Amino acid sequence: MAEPLAATTVRRRSWAGWKFVGPFMGVFALVFLAPIAYSIYLSLFRNRLIGGNSFVGFDNYTQAIQDSVFWSGFGRVALFLAVQVPIMLFLALVVALAIDSGRLYGKAFFRVAIFLPYAVPAVVAALMWGFMYGPQFGLVGNINDALGIALPNPLSGSLALASIGNIVTWEFVGYNMLIFYSALRVVPASLYESAEIDGAGPFRIITSIKLPAIRGALVIATIFSVIGSFQLFNEPAILRPLAKNVITTGYTPNMYAYSLSFSGQQYNYAATVAIIMGLITMVIAYVVQLRGTKEN
Amino acid sequence: MATPVQSHPGQSSSSGRTKRPTPRAAIKPYRRAPRRSTMLTLLTALVAAYSLIPLIWLVINATKTQEGLLSSFGLWFDDGNFALWSNIQQTFSYDDGVFVRWLGNTVLYVVVGAGGSTLLATLAGYGLAKFNFVGRRAVFAIVIGAVAVPGTALAVPTFLMFSKMGLTNTPWSVIIPSLVSPFGLYLMWTFSAQAIPDEMLEAARVDGAGEFRTFFRISVPLLAPGIVTALLFNMVVTWNNYFLPLIMLKDPDWYPLTIGLNAWNEQAQTAGSEAVFNLVITGSLLTILPLLAAFLLLQRYWQSGLAAGSVKE
Repeated sequence: MAEPLAATTVRRRSWAGWKFVGPFMGVFALVFLAPIAYSIYLSLFRNRLIGGNSFVGFDNYTQAIQDSVFWSGFGRVALFLAVQVPIMLFLALVVALAIDSGRLYGKAFFRVAIFLPYAVPAVVAALMWGFMYGPQFGLVGNINDALGIALPNPLSGSLALASIGNIVTWEFVGYNMLIFYSALRVVPASLYESAEIDGAGPFRIITSIKLPAIRGALVIATIFSVIGSFQLFNEPAILRPLAKNVITTGYTPNMYAYSLSFSGQQYNYAATVAIIMGLITMVIAYVVQLRGTKEN
Repeated sequence: MATPVQSHPGQSSSSGRTKRPTPRAAIKPYRRAPRRSTMLTLLTALVAAYSLIPLIWLVINATKTQEGLLSSFGLWFDDGNFALWSNIQQTFSYDDGVFVRWLGNTVLYVVVGAGGSTLLATLAGYGLAKFNFVGRRAVFAIVIGAVAVPGTALAVPTFLMFSKMGLTNTPWSVIIPSLVSPFGLYLMWTFSAQAIPDEMLEAARVDGAGEFRTFFRISVPLLAPGIVTALLFNMVVTWNNYFLPLIMLKDPDWYPLTIGLNAWNEQAQTAGSEAVFNLVITGSLLTILPLLAAFLLLQRYWQSGLAAGSVKE
């Protein structure tokens, strides 16, 4: 991640800056740091019907590591990450490059139109796509009627994950496109000019100038997408009533933690699952950042 | 240092102005317009169609009755049966007008949550960019590290903490967590670093203006595009918030629109309740309109704000 510290005035060190940073950090401590500390605490205890709350060391972690429900949910979001994220980011990058190239008719329209789904709440997006996927009055049903065929239900079996991936892609392609496009806009035009004088074609300019110049944005977008995939909750949770047998309560680790705490009252174990997912996310985000900024 | 140029076809006619983007708008200096490509336009149009068709579907289906939804083709109107106005009316009046209550709650959460988080992020971003204070590097490290923690991983412990403090099932349980926006902080930080010349702040200090007076009088106007951008994105996050209120709120009177709509949708699954998909669809349309309008109307601001705050190496 680019560190804006360098761009800063070096003035005498004092405490004056805390007057501005203090309020943010105060709330930050309450809603970020305290819950993290509390959930670490929770994960080391267990609440039993008999005996009450007792310290159990790493027992909860041992249990989670052997928990097949947790790992199947994890495998699902890992697969999601490996397939959906590259497709979405590639699509976003292609559109950003197309708009930035200046070769499109009506580029202002495209920029806004493709971004619009980002402003749609995940709930509405999932409800809407859920209706469209539906065999009743959905588009899939319409196509079946019109053509006299029987397309598989998009929310059945292994198709469900792909259908959820489609919803997430729809929601975030425009957002990522905008991040890439904004980064492309601040690449100094003089770079392209000298490359053109040297006889570089458009693809050469993309690979040698544009992509390296927006590397920071690519890294950030990848990290956000990694975090988003591992947190997958809203879309499957809202589609669940349409496909209860496929989208189980442990479909993603997050849904699993949710159902553990709010249907099962197993707060300690839920906190453990959340911490393990948080650690895995942090490690992967860190690796992405290292790899992304390495060759500089 | 204008580059000596003979008129090359691919060469811009730009003046000798430095090409460094100006912080406020980051407008590229004029370059020759490349030849437009129909092929590329058509390919991009495919992605635009993918983005827009579901929204068009939503608009079309908001004009249908519950029966019309089942009997007519999804991407066209139900002939002779245009029920948009009665749907809107029913959405607002169904269940004693609870939709209006949800809308009011959402507005409350957005105004206080997104407004507050933008204010905090602007102050903190400015503080980080323009002051050298003890612990500044630690603040950077902690905030960046915390961004990698999945927000939903925090939800369960936050719920338990808030429930001990007696905050669950109150608007505070939704508002307080939305007051922190690491993305907003990062945006305002990079934006402040570029948009406010240090000489200006020095001059104000020499004149004896206090730090806050300088901030509000001099810095805030310069930060306006960044503030609008951060505000819009914070609005989207709070307006669309689902997981947090789902956990925190039990009482439908405090639901935001997102939770309420899903409750209406799930009503169809409950035995003995009527399916109100027409109201779910119309309510969804009404829910997204304010944000779509805000993004369309404020385009000029957020697009320049994002570009200037853009992540750079």
